[in-house]
Amino acid sequence: MTTDLRIAFLPLTDAAVLAVAREKGFAEEEGLHLDLVRTTSWATLRDRLVFGQVQAAHMLAPLAVAVTLGLSQQAAPLAAPYKLNVNGNMLVMASAFAQALDPDIAARLDDPLGTAHDFAAAIGLWKRKPVIGVVHRFSSHSVMLRYWLASAGVDPDRDVILRVLPPSLTVEAIGAGEIDGFIAGEPWGSAAVDAGLAEAVAIGERIWRRGVEKILAFRTPWLEENPDTVDRLLRALVRAAAWCDDPQHHEALAHLLSRPQYVDQPADVILRALSGGIVPRVDMAPLSMPDFMLFSREATPFPWRSQALWIYSQLVRWKMVEHSADNAAKAASVFRPDIFRRALANSDVAMPGASMKVEGAVGSPLAVGSKRGELTLGPDRFFDGRVFDPERIEDFLASF
Amino acid sequence: MRIVIIDDSGLRATVLEEGLREAGYDDIHIVPPRGGFVARLERMAPDVVLMDLGSPSRDTLEEMLTVSRALARPIAMFVDQSDETMIGAAIDAGVSAYVVDGLRKERVKPVLELAVRRFNAFAKLQSELDEARTALSDRKIIDRAKSILMSQRGLSEPDAYALLRSSAMNQGKKIVDVAQALITASDLLGGM
Repeated sequence: MTTDLRIAFLPLTDAAVLAVAREKGFAEEEGLHLDLVRTTSWATLRDRLVFGQVQAAHMLAPLAVAVTLGLSQQAAPLAAPYKLNVNGNMLVMASAFAQALDPDIAARLDDPLGTAHDFAAAIGLWKRKPVIGVVHRFSSHSVMLRYWLASAGVDPDRDVILRVLPPSLTVEAIGAGEIDGFIAGEPWGSAAVDAGLAEAVAIGERIWRRGVEKILAFRTPWLEENPDTVDRLLRALVRAAAWCDDPQHHEALAHLLSRPQYVDQPADVILRALSGGIVPRVDMAPLSMPDFMLFSREATPFPWRSQALWIYSQLVRWKMVEHSADNAAKAASVFRPDIFRRALANSDVAMPGASMKVEGAVGSPLAVGSKRGELTLGPDRFFDGRVFDPERIEDFLASF
Repeated sequence: MRIVIIDDSGLRATVLEEGLREAGYDDIHIVPPRGGFVARLERMAPDVVLMDLGSPSRDTLEEMLTVSRALARPIAMFVDQSDETMIGAAIDAGVSAYVVDGLRKERVKPVLELAVRRFNAFAKLQSELDEARTALSDRKIIDRAKSILMSQRGLSEPDAYALLRSSAMNQGKKIVDVAQALITASDLLGGM
């Protein structure tokens, strides 16, 4: 018997695993029929999930934490047993603003710390406070942008104007001069570059080498009541993710995502994030960034509790929530490695032995303890060299 | 009670505004979600904000409601905990409501119910309009196919139609699909 599942998503390249699970038969093989509901704002995606119009959603990881903590309209406990990707963001700025930065764009992107300082100086040269588009207050993009700006002494709440607008409106807004730049998930940065409106200033993967991005969110009660369906979905997604990471499939995947019911942008622009060939300015050759967006390798889908806590630490840092043991526990509970383990117990997926790790401590590929098979974790450094020990949140917060 | 409708579709906003006026609300403003719409909204100090769930600008609106210092009282999404069907109906209809802190539920509910009815009526109207448009374009295709048959095969109009109809029946297809195939073939062969 086939089970119908409705899953909401936003038109973004990192919805790939859901699209592939549906279109390439991985969901069907698990007896699932996926109805993917295209949504144009995070608010509506959140409401569709919270009020039960869909059973799951392609959600910004910080938004899932925020909804659980009651910070984004109606509070509801959400659960994320699966990460849909890591990395995939790009900060682009209008060329007039980027002029004040290192003209060697490859060097600019390789040195986020230097570029942050150049950016801080450029703010002073700009005719007014620069307006930077972010897709949501509770987005990985906003969290990473704030982290990056603050490293050069820029106060993101005072020295720049952060304007919230959904990814699909970013290109139009920079074209109309309403914003001076934006940070968004692909393909929107590349689309603005392609239109000659902006150039790359920072790459998410260079700010945090393995940055948490979209998760698959469920309402916790629904997740608990439907273990069999959840497990089948996770198994389908793991296989779809491996398909997505395979370089042989990137072209086909870009074409699939370019369809109107998915991202509805040109396949060659979508392909850049998938193949890691990022065009930083319209007149330049692509730069190779093989870790630009990951779906499968290095146990990408595994929801480390420490990552939920890192997100929480940043919400506390920017005074979006008050720190308490209770809030920290609630935030950590959003990521559900236990469900991931249960769903893939009889598979050949390499499974980390732990549920938490010190974030930012891996400098080069590292073989780690795994229940099964070989598991190598990729470098997960933050560009400023900080490490986050989830057992010592207070110390970490005091370091800023 | 000041009601602001944020809507891209001028027609739907008007349909909703009319409904609200008939129900006796008279302080109603329509703001399209473009450019600096949040600044306009701030100045209006609304009690109720109605917005299309399908509008990509909802995130921008919610951010303004979160950080605005200009609003005297906080505004949050209206959720009646005691009435889940109401929430479902609003989401199905595609309407979201934000209300100022302290506004009584009994005062908000009729506004939201009316918005849901009007949004649904508008959606129905729209789909009827789409159907009518499709029907019209179907007729144009069939007319063109008929005229190809009339000029190429020397048939009368009723005979041309009868031929299309019988081919469609034999092939188990819609007449419009047969007509479209005929037009495509004719174009390829350089006819017409």
